[in-house]
Amino acid sequence: MYAQGLIGADGRTDETPEFLAAFKARIDAEEKIEPKDAMPEGYRRTLIRQIGQHAHSEIVGMLPEGNWITRAPSLKRKAALLAKVQDEGGHGLYLYAAAETLGVSREEMTEELLDGRAKYSSIFNYPTLTWADIGTIGWLVDGAAIMNQIPLCRCSFGPYARAMIRVCKEESFHQRQGYEIMLTLCRGTQAQKDMAQDALNRWWWPSLMMFGPHDADSTHSDQSMAWKIKRFSNDELRQKFIDATVPQAEFLGLTVPDPECKWNEAKGGYDHGPIDWDEFWRVVKGGGVMNRERIAARKKAWDDGAWVREAALVHAEKRKARKAAMAAE
Amino acid sequence: MINETPLWEVFIRQRNGLSHRHVGSLHAADEALALSAARDVYTRRGEGGSIWVVPSSAITASDPDHTDEFFDPAEDKIYRHPTFYDIPDDVGHM
Repeated sequence: MYAQGLIGADGRTDETPEFLAAFKARIDAEEKIEPKDAMPEGYRRTLIRQIGQHAHSEIVGMLPEGNWITRAPSLKRKAALLAKVQDEGGHGLYLYAAAETLGVSREEMTEELLDGRAKYSSIFNYPTLTWADIGTIGWLVDGAAIMNQIPLCRCSFGPYARAMIRVCKEESFHQRQGYEIMLTLCRGTQAQKDMAQDALNRWWWPSLMMFGPHDADSTHSDQSMAWKIKRFSNDELRQKFIDATVPQAEFLGLTVPDPECKWNEAKGGYDHGPIDWDEFWRVVKGGGVMNRERIAARKKAWDDGAWVREAALVHAEKRKARKAAMAAE
Repeated sequence: MINETPLWEVFIRQRNGLSHRHVGSLHAADEALALSAARDVYTRRGEGGSIWVVPSSAITASDPDHTDEFFDPAEDKIYRHPTFYDIPDDVGHM
């Protein structure tokens, strides 16, 4: 899964014009930038922020789905959901490791998440009310994530691009297992089909918001595009997602909750109705149903794990000392 | 911070006959925990048959700011390449 369009990045940078021009030339030549290479401070800051947000989203994204592991309707679904949630944890770890190559520590990033300085994808501030929500998350949220992440495999920063290649390889299973859940529900009883439609109704708009504000309102996009951190604009990716997803909904016999959603022959894509950006910003700023609970859960995990981290370090020290003593004998 | 859990670099060999390749890094208190974390994080789908974990602090790297000078000795020795030598076509493939 993936963070929405970057929020609150600051791409300002104050290197000499010659340095910036030389860096830009490397980027334009599609050279990858590696951690120890000279890079503008704004490039470094933007990446730390974006990769950090992305990592946090993977970790927080484990919570809404983890909520259903014990209640999955069959052993097959339970095993698949467990594997998916474990993958999300793995994705978070690849990404934290990529961010750390830029000189930020895991502990710092975690503290920023817990005290609210760092964001994560707002989609996870919505609750998972029914089993159909798990299907819808796999189908739409992971589907939107794939749209976002495939171009990130070509990101100019090497460690981020390499992490994305691993993530994308694993992501396809997530989307397919979600769609299969929806398919099963939609071929079931009327009550099951209604449950699937209800989940689609609740997740459709938040999924479209995952791509971030419209291009005209996306303040830091131009710099990210110039640095080839980003390859497509928010609106371009959103359009791709809608064009791919609407026919999938039709196949399920479901309707996307947008009366203005219709095929536009001239542009070769679907038109869509206005997105409620007030809701988007309200949820980003902490006003979603689950914001408090998500951070509280992360904080509890961090605090409850403190003694384990501490004990592991002490144990490692003890073993090292014992080994040294034995070698000295 | 003093109590940061050490960083390890992870290398995986997919199968015998190939070399170990760097796949990423992770944090772990000691080498045993690093190995089992590497298995869980980097080989969930049979990506590997052998794992190396190395403390990141044990790696010495060349300086990217001096790449040109550092690798310069290799640049101008075209006589190290087979195409530098003229062999008549009549000799056949060599």
